Amino acid sequence: MGKTFCRPEALADTVTHYCPGCTHGVAHRLVAEVIDELGIRGRTVGIAPVGCAVLMYNYFTFDFQEAAHGRAPAMATGIKRVRPDLIVFTYQGDGDLASIGMGEIVHAANRGEKFTTIFINNAVYGMTGGQMAPTTMPGQRTTTTPMGRKPEEVGMPVRISELLASLATPGYISRQTLISPKYINRAKKAIKKAFTYQMENRCFSLVELVSTCPTNWGMTPVDALSWVEEEMLPYYHLGDFKTPEDN
Amino acid sequence: MSKVLMKGNEAIGEAAIRAGGLNYFAYPITPQSEVAEYLSGRMPEVGGVFLQGESEVAVSYMIFGAAACGARVFTTSSSPGISLMSEGISYITAAECPAVFVNIMRGGPGLGGILPSQADYMQATKGGGHGDYRLLVMAPASVQEAVEMVMESFSLAEKYRNPVMILGDGLIGQMMEPVEFPEHLKVEPSNKDAWATSGMDTRKSDKRNLVKTLYLDPEELNAQNLKLKTKYERMKREEIRYEPYNLEGRYRVLIVSYGTMSRVCRTAIDHLKAEGLEVGMIRPQHLFPFPEKAILNAADKESCEAVLSVEMSMGQMVEDVERSVVGRRPVHWYGKCGGEVPTPEDVMAEVRNLLG
Repeated sequence: MGKTFCRPEALADTVTHYCPGCTHGVAHRLVAEVIDELGIRGRTVGIAPVGCAVLMYNYFTFDFQEAAHGRAPAMATGIKRVRPDLIVFTYQGDGDLASIGMGEIVHAANRGEKFTTIFINNAVYGMTGGQMAPTTMPGQRTTTTPMGRKPEEVGMPVRISELLASLATPGYISRQTLISPKYINRAKKAIKKAFTYQMENRCFSLVELVSTCPTNWGMTPVDALSWVEEEMLPYYHLGDFKTPEDN
Repeated sequence: MSKVLMKGNEAIGEAAIRAGGLNYFAYPITPQSEVAEYLSGRMPEVGGVFLQGESEVAVSYMIFGAAACGARVFTTSSSPGISLMSEGISYITAAECPAVFVNIMRGGPGLGGILPSQADYMQATKGGGHGDYRLLVMAPASVQEAVEMVMESFSLAEKYRNPVMILGDGLIGQMMEPVEFPEHLKVEPSNKDAWATSGMDTRKSDKRNLVKTLYLDPEELNAQNLKLKTKYERMKREEIRYEPYNLEGRYRVLIVSYGTMSRVCRTAIDHLKAEGLEVGMIRPQHLFPFPEKAILNAADKESCEAVLSVEMSMGQMVEDVERSVVGRRPVHWYGKCGGEVPTPEDVMAEVRNLLG
């Protein structure tokens, strides 16, 4: 019997620094599988964020740039404008994209820049040690909300997919999660769709992945998966919020 | 080629195109918005890229992304905008990407004013963003010189894999002068395959390229910064540029001045000469690296009694002049910093005043 499952060529053969139970590894693998399946590794440029995935360039086998906090969409814009033939994606967490980089992502999406964003929403700042993110759930304890997030003081969590889907410019905006094989398969389909729209030069594309952070949530990996299902998914609804066919 | 009459800002845009700088990202700000207005029409004509970004912060990263994948890229802005871009400039320098930033200075701090100024000298030559880095800083004194410096800046940026800044005061952008675009200043882009994230297929290579600025290991970061320092030391050997004026005779005062201010000083020097008072001048054309030795040598001349740094700022370059003169002559500052350009009469009065 032949080999039926192996490491994607786009993924480096190395150990990652991610914590046990973190879904970054799954998200990385899905991106790598899609890049392999579309045969675009030789013309892809990834943009690493500031956050837990800052070292992600060590885990992929194609060209990478490393951004400043929140600025990846501006860098992707720069690349795509001067080299529209390249396939470009940013990979950003919620502190990066939804807080300090809110301006950059909204304007890139609104210009209809032809790149893809993988948006990891785990409701917390990971690398800096578990502080509140714009996506932190009401009542969720973090190192800067020791009594839980108080919406009356800092507002409700930002729903990035809904916000970006409200723009009039055509785009592909989808929210998925990675908490079980069923959802992982759907997430992969969405990621493949996003890159395909880019290859067709159709539109800006973003896939939000509702993810876990057992370390900063203070949970076991298994409890973290349940927490996503019970606490996050009722607020962060899954599905395609916008496709270019809508326009 | 015959000369054409052009406004400084438009000439700067055209000069970049003539030098093969066909990728431009910018955000509007007075007094340099004409560059973006000009290029919004001109770039499509030459198959170039024009994009108005949502902020100067974003623009600096558009420049970073484009430069990192190997494109010849530039932006233009003015003082408050350069402050916002300084974050990106720090990253671009750390990542060793070539790019050109033009700063048509206005008064500051804060919103300051929209009239000409030279108050970003420190920001341009000493850093501006965080970390140990320098820019090669070119300071034109006429529209023609701005054209030539812009045209040269792209190959200098590529030579050092470091951003170059053109530091012009508002008058350089706003005044009209006859210009020509010397063909010989266009240099073909360097081969960037060794480092640019241009796509492995483009390079026909299996080796991927990585453009990054994070060095968590202290030894690695130290080594990287020493590598940057080596480049700045090389600039100090190879890129010193200045123009001497009236240094042949027995001048009693040495003026150091750059940009538009130096043209006023030149007129003042001519008038004083007619009166029988000799004054010499060194005009730094590059502000980093700074012509320290030339200034020291000129100040050291036995007839020279004092050195005067004339600037449209509260006195910024004067610190570099003092550093150059190493205490061998008294160093003074004269200038205005509200947007008004000192007149030749102002400078003449200051020189007479110095000599008592």
